[in-house]
Amino acid sequence: MTAETLVASLQLSTPELILAVGSMVLLMIGVFSGKQSSNMVTGLAVALLIAAGVWMVLVSDLGVGYGGSFLQDPFARFMKVLTLIGSITALAMAVGHAQEEQIDRFEFPVLIVLATLGMMLMISANDLIALYLGIELQSLALYVVAAINRDSTRSTEAGLKYFVLGALSSGMLLYGASLIYGFTGHIGFPEIAAAVADGERSIGVVFGLVFLLAGIAFKISAVPFHMWTPDVYEGAPTPVTAFFAAAPKIAAMAMLVRVVIGAFEPVALDWQQIIVFISIASMVLGAFAAIGQRNIKRLMAYSSIGHMGYALVGLAAGSQVGVRGVVIYMLIYMITTLGTFACILAMRRKEEGNVEQIDDLSGLASSNPLMATILTIFMFSLAGIPPLAGFFAKYFVFLAAIESGLYALAVIGVLASVVGAYYYLRIVKIMWFDEASAGFVPVAGELRVVMGVSGLFVLGYVLVGGPLGRAAGVAAQTLFVAG
Amino acid sequence: MTDWPILSVATFVPLVGVLLILLIRDDSETGRRNIRNVSLIVTTFNFLFSLFIWANFDDSKVGFQFVEQAQWLGEGISYHMGVDGISVLFVVLTAFLMPLCILASWESVQHRVKDYMIAFLILETLVIGAFCALDIVLFYVFFEGGLIPMYLIIGVWGGKRRIYAAFKFFLYTLVGSVLMLLAIMAMYWNSGTTSIPDMLAHDFPANMQIWLWLAFFASFAVKLPLWPVHTWLPDAHVEAPTAGSVVLAGILLKLGGYGFIRFSLPMFPIASVELWPLIFTLSVVAIIWASLVALMQDDVKKLIAYSSVAHMGYVKMGIFSANAQGVNGAIFQMLSHGLVSAALFLCVGVIYDRMHTREIAAYGGLVNNMPKYAAVFLVFSMANIGLPGTSGFVGEFLVLIGAFQVSSWIAILATLGVILSAGYMLWLYRRVIFGPLEKESLKSLLDLSQREKVLLYPLAALIIFFGVYPLPVFDVTAVTVDALINNYNAALEAANGLALAD
Repeated sequence: MTAETLVASLQLSTPELILAVGSMVLLMIGVFSGKQSSNMVTGLAVALLIAAGVWMVLVSDLGVGYGGSFLQDPFARFMKVLTLIGSITALAMAVGHAQEEQIDRFEFPVLIVLATLGMMLMISANDLIALYLGIELQSLALYVVAAINRDSTRSTEAGLKYFVLGALSSGMLLYGASLIYGFTGHIGFPEIAAAVADGERSIGVVFGLVFLLAGIAFKISAVPFHMWTPDVYEGAPTPVTAFFAAAPKIAAMAMLVRVVIGAFEPVALDWQQIIVFISIASMVLGAFAAIGQRNIKRLMAYSSIGHMGYALVGLAAGSQVGVRGVVIYMLIYMITTLGTFACILAMRRKEEGNVEQIDDLSGLASSNPLMATILTIFMFSLAGIPPLAGFFAKYFVFLAAIESGLYALAVIGVLASVVGAYYYLRIVKIMWFDEASAGFVPVAGELRVVMGVSGLFVLGYVLVGGPLGRAAGVAAQTLFVAG
Repeated sequence: MTDWPILSVATFVPLVGVLLILLIRDDSETGRRNIRNVSLIVTTFNFLFSLFIWANFDDSKVGFQFVEQAQWLGEGISYHMGVDGISVLFVVLTAFLMPLCILASWESVQHRVKDYMIAFLILETLVIGAFCALDIVLFYVFFEGGLIPMYLIIGVWGGKRRIYAAFKFFLYTLVGSVLMLLAIMAMYWNSGTTSIPDMLAHDFPANMQIWLWLAFFASFAVKLPLWPVHTWLPDAHVEAPTAGSVVLAGILLKLGGYGFIRFSLPMFPIASVELWPLIFTLSVVAIIWASLVALMQDDVKKLIAYSSVAHMGYVKMGIFSANAQGVNGAIFQMLSHGLVSAALFLCVGVIYDRMHTREIAAYGGLVNNMPKYAAVFLVFSMANIGLPGTSGFVGEFLVLIGAFQVSSWIAILATLGVILSAGYMLWLYRRVIFGPLEKESLKSLLDLSQREKVLLYPLAALIIFFGVYPLPVFDVTAVTVDALINNYNAALEAANGLALAD
């Protein structure tokens, strides 16, 4: 690598460098100014993430760097912006709760920044090694974040469980990657694509692909690799759960799209069956398992499993329309989820502190009509009822499935969404039809902003959907032009 | 005339009303009165506006009028509105019933008045939008969006088993609709457009038509509703507040029939012909079976709900007779049923507000102290039976003529339904209105108040007017229906030609 290409590569990855260097600086600040610095470090971390995002959108070029392992294209940029929004929102929502959730340590924002850096590397990864490095950076930070409330057994249990299962999945991913390397002789995605395209498809590559997909499926918590999700969602402090539910899902989904479309498009028939299977399994399990839940964080865990299934419907189609569907789906899913978690964080009583049971919401429509209305909007949106955003998310992924002739997948998917509608409706029912229980304390400012903005987005998607859909279309197109 | 977005105004005026209501923060009695007044004024304005649309509608022209089109979500999904002879009257019907709903809830709803009125206004927007939409995705958005306010109306302001009814209503309708959504997507990929006029001109392949037809059937049959997927309807009707039942029976059921006329019949003619035994059998079963069930009810609302199921059986039969009499009759029957069932539910509301029970056995002899009530109730009962001289007769008669041309046996069996309807309605009337006034609780009942007169007298007048002089309706529908039937027959001939050529 000459000095010139190195400089070009560094320029290309400036947003990532901002985060990498910035997180070290934040760590220093935290170490030297001690415990009371957590609020300041959080503020600086948010500033850092915003700076990285602004730089990426306004200044950064597109292109390939670091000898082909780092790729910045419109797809990567779109997904990175989403990831950054997710991280920033989750950090902002954590501020008010840090003290109470015992996460008011300066390490928390630093770890979030590091995890975000890992996600951005995952999204930009263009070979197997970069992909693994990105995943590990993100995962290690997330394991620690899950267990950040050291005094709570639930939180440490969540962290440990996540770590053990995550390590297992990383192992599978590595094994798959080494098989793919062994049978194709390449680690770069374009080279792998070329190798599987012209050579005859060897069983070893398919074997490796299966392991690779299993490892990634763990990260997006798709069935049958979902077991950690409910426990981690429930055990981790709520602001951490909000973070888990949004940004890492975007990154892992983007990476999955990149791998199967970028590297294995020529053997689409092989991975399509796998994606169809995990998609159906996730949708169905997400729908049925959520019905019996009483804890709203656990319910959201199953809900997110189901939603990953829907997003995969678009990927299973394997077409440009499908990838666009996935991009739109992740965008809408993330904003709705963040809004919902803002509502969950606002479930707070004076004497009991934060509450998490669904029944605690009863009669919210009388005690806090505005919050009830917003949460109702989110629930109907998650259920996929028009004219809310969630409907359009589902519309575009199923549109792609129908185009590709995946009728069985589409029918099972929409029927699962009806089952899913039942538990979302149950929350609406508890808020509107049941007798009022004790009200919550007034909602904190930052949560109001998150609720308001995401509520308006979900409600107003019918107005802004056109340009957003086009942007997602452009992002999806790049994957296919290159391939 | 068509320069400005006349249909968008009709669709979104109620949303302006919602904004106005949101501005009223006063929670006292005055505040609530203001909310009611705003809702009434907005819906009345929209009704007058819909009359204006009707007046400006050129009934000699085939095709859509007042068309608006704008870019929306890409992929060909556009904001595309327009009405033709089939849909324009449903817009008027919706706009007409809404102020009545507001008036009907004037005193009976005291709890969360603001939310209630907002739900109704949003519902009006969604229903009018569904009737005006000329883009199939836009139609679906409006069609399905109506579930949200209706779910809340039944669940928050309903009766004892309201939660069960609300869930059942929502989930039943959703199951049917999601299958239709998949069919819509398949139609998009086949025809390359989501615009309804373009789809009407497109010939879908014969083997695909059957599946698409069944998927649309799943949705509209639940909505209409058709036996055996009607079971949500009695529950929803019984538990909903009076105005909720009026909207359900008067307007929302019509969306199902409208869907059949707009989509299933003209877009899938081959499937419509092939599947006619299924449709006619289900319709006849619905008519006879629902009428028999209605005879057995001891709850007034449930009885009327089952009679709705029976009457919608006629609608279905008329549409798929696929001749001018049948389709015109079905449209007329839907409009007439919109008035009659709304009126009957309002009548039930009148006595329910006084006695808080819907048990038929709790009443009797009301003619003695409520003569005006007895008189209007008589008009509505007769219209429900289909007595000549009321609007109920015209539609049923035309439908039977239409059906007779297809199958005389079916028409004969369906006519049994008319006799049965006379049975249950007259029996209901006798048990509630006639007989001695013996029950102590009934003796103090007052006759219709001013507000109730305003509600019921216009309905009675309209029902008799359209029964005697139905021409204003047929003037509007005739040309469009003729064109529809001609296209339908032409498509069938073309398909037969192809089959012969093979």
